[in-house]
Amino acid sequence: MDSRTADKTPVETPAEALAQPKDGRSLRELAIRYGFLSLLVGLIIFFSLATRGFTSPQAAVFILQSVSITGILALGVTATLVVGGFDLSIGSIATSSMMAAAYVMVVLEQNALVAVLVCLAIGALVGLINGLIICYMRVPDLLATLGMMFLLIGLQRIPTEGRSIATGMTLPDGSTAEGTFSQAFLALGRHRFDLFMENLVPASVVVLIVLAILIWFFLEYTRFGRMMYAVGSNARAAEFAGAPVKAYRIWAYVISGVFASIGGILLAARLGRGDIASGNNLLLDAVAAALIGFAVLGAAKPNAFGTAIGALFVGVLLQGLTMMNVPYYTQDFVKGAVLVIALIFTFALLGRNAR
Amino acid sequence: MGDTAIFRIAGLTKAFGPNAVLRGVGLDLRAGEVTVLMGANGAGKSTLVKVMSGVHRADRGVMMLGDRPFSPATPAEAMRAGVVTVHQNINDGVVGALDVASNLVLDRLNGAGSGFFFNPRKVRREAREVADRMGLGIDLSAEVTDLPLADRQMVAIARAMAHEPQVMILDEPTSSLSSNEAERLFALIDRLRARGVAILYISHRMSDIRRLADRIVSLRDGAIVGQFDEKPLDYEGAVNAMLGQNLGLHSIDARAAGAPVFSVRDLRIAPGAKPLSMELGAGEVVAVTGLVGVGKTRLAETLFGIHVPLAGSMQLDGRAYAPRTPASAIRDGVFLVAKDRASTGIVPEFNIYENMSLPFLPRFSNMSVTRRRAERQTAREQIADLKIVCRSERDDLATLSGGNQQKVTVARWLTQPSRLLILDEPFQGVDIAARHDIAAKLRESARDRATLVFLTELDEALETADRILVMSENTIVGEHRNADVDMDRLLAEVAGQRLEPAGSV
Repeated sequence: MDSRTADKTPVETPAEALAQPKDGRSLRELAIRYGFLSLLVGLIIFFSLATRGFTSPQAAVFILQSVSITGILALGVTATLVVGGFDLSIGSIATSSMMAAAYVMVVLEQNALVAVLVCLAIGALVGLINGLIICYMRVPDLLATLGMMFLLIGLQRIPTEGRSIATGMTLPDGSTAEGTFSQAFLALGRHRFDLFMENLVPASVVVLIVLAILIWFFLEYTRFGRMMYAVGSNARAAEFAGAPVKAYRIWAYVISGVFASIGGILLAARLGRGDIASGNNLLLDAVAAALIGFAVLGAAKPNAFGTAIGALFVGVLLQGLTMMNVPYYTQDFVKGAVLVIALIFTFALLGRNAR
Repeated sequence: MGDTAIFRIAGLTKAFGPNAVLRGVGLDLRAGEVTVLMGANGAGKSTLVKVMSGVHRADRGVMMLGDRPFSPATPAEAMRAGVVTVHQNINDGVVGALDVASNLVLDRLNGAGSGFFFNPRKVRREAREVADRMGLGIDLSAEVTDLPLADRQMVAIARAMAHEPQVMILDEPTSSLSSNEAERLFALIDRLRARGVAILYISHRMSDIRRLADRIVSLRDGAIVGQFDEKPLDYEGAVNAMLGQNLGLHSIDARAAGAPVFSVRDLRIAPGAKPLSMELGAGEVVAVTGLVGVGKTRLAETLFGIHVPLAGSMQLDGRAYAPRTPASAIRDGVFLVAKDRASTGIVPEFNIYENMSLPFLPRFSNMSVTRRRAERQTAREQIADLKIVCRSERDDLATLSGGNQQKVTVARWLTQPSRLLILDEPFQGVDIAARHDIAAKLRESARDRATLVFLTELDEALETADRILVMSENTIVGEHRNADVDMDRLLAEVAGQRLEPAGSV
């Protein structure tokens, strides 16, 4: 870092160059480290001054809720980014799992627990297949998960001949689906916990926070997380240090698949039906959040904290703009702009880690 | 064709920053002759090739092609002038996605004056001419990706020949070929020689050199230190010159081995290789030396469980030892400091302590949660022990110099006690001071384990080891105690001379 700054400013005398590390961090380094977080704080201050009600607990919770499913998917894809891979199938895993939950309860008339377990199993299985295709069939990660995305989008339509699933729908064999979404399952999407105020925090936000803390702790503080970073940074060195590289890669896709299926469960619980048309934006939003996360704290690498902040950042921005009456159709433009800026920030300013 | 030198170099110097790589190279190449250039790693071979082929510009000195000065600014210019280079990496010489015919005439497709439209029939006709001239027995419509390496190499050379060059430089062309494939390449080179091309052939393989060389030139530390053109060629003298005359200066106190720790019996590490055996005792540092490409890395990686031996057995502390993966080798206490730290050692995004603890994370964690304080403590001890220059154990590896990065990769494997510590070229890209620090630490910590160091540079072996084993053609051909070493015998073994059975175990 310091040698690099010295390179760029040849007028600097050696004494100055040496003095630099002593007085802590240079301005540039501070900007890199805290720039994105300050921007987030700035945005919040700006919106609370410019609009009414932005700072209320309800609004805060609303923002969290709006990013909860995206955020969970983003945390999952972070695991695959850490091992140097990528998972494009998370959006379709989530919608498949939503359709499966609806199918299990409405058509097969099973209870909430069965529905949840089926969804998690689907996520784990798809992740496992992704991992096996990538590690053993040597298909590049982007292509393998792209193929899987396509396959799942088609697969989830087959059992119902392309229709959405809701109680009372007509089944392919002509009978009517009698099952209903169980109350316990719907609670996952609609129940609100009391925190300072009654019925404040939705279950989905709690799930997001718990998963964020789990994956953050796993990646930063356990030896498995450390090894996953090693695999992503130099797989051969990790192998020569005794790491089962393929196993770590496969596990990353399993984590990603399971997180995506949890997102799908929450989506189903929120909608109360298996809606064939929903969840289109999940993949892009989640990937954007994870990539924005590279810029947080100057990490320049995938990290769970950054991903969570990235998701929050998008949520705050969209909510604020909406409250300022910016039309809804500009949302994707805004997200895209944030992503491009964050990526430029990551790769241009944090060049030290970009090889 | 005789004595007419068609390519002359005189007084060539080239420095990268303060680092003088070529210090006045003088070299003549004659038409219809194969001149073999020998030199250890870092002697300046590849820089010389790059200057000759227009990649780098010389700082000083003259190159003459025929009777005209030759100073190409780009590789294309060198090629047009008649000096072509076939690089070590075969796939740099061919385009995989195209068929053989297109590859053969690729440079013409790009050249000025070629039309906008691609005429397959014309391409085929021109390619056929080139192939016939070179006696290339390869299907011209085959895709290059479907060809074996040797055929790709042939295509690359034939393509280079399409320019009717006067000088051809071949940079370790056989490094990834089998001996059969190499023989086909040699036949092609014979043909070139017969056509009067002056060939500069760079190789470490003694068998290639014996087969092809009309002359041998030895490069050491950026200068030509020996020219051998009297038949029969003095191969031993050439190796000696390339390795340097100042051998035997750094004498060390050769220690005797303690209790036996590790032994290898009749191990075959490559097809067609003779079985090798060795025995290592506690407290001794044993160096394995030999030229590049004689199987040193293969042997090191076989002992570490990366390759499975074709035959033979290993014993560690009296028990059978047959590692299947690096993880199982590490569990048994066999550690490898692998060659080429950038690709096999360093995790660039990790800091010093994270790099050091990498193989031993289970030992540095409690219920799978890493104990950073212990990691950092261990790293601080190693930093002090090995005199690693850094601000703290939390420095990123990228901020360290090459020598200090190498110290970190060595230190990683010293943080935990081992039964057998293997180091493959641990002094690669390391300055003398760092080399001494590492060697001293190795010798000092060697007491309770066996230590095996793979070193191409004989100097380094002589100043590091108690005992020296010599490898040639994937097997061990000689053994010397590092006290009053019989240099003639050692060098003969390195050069692959067939002596009466050497005293190998």
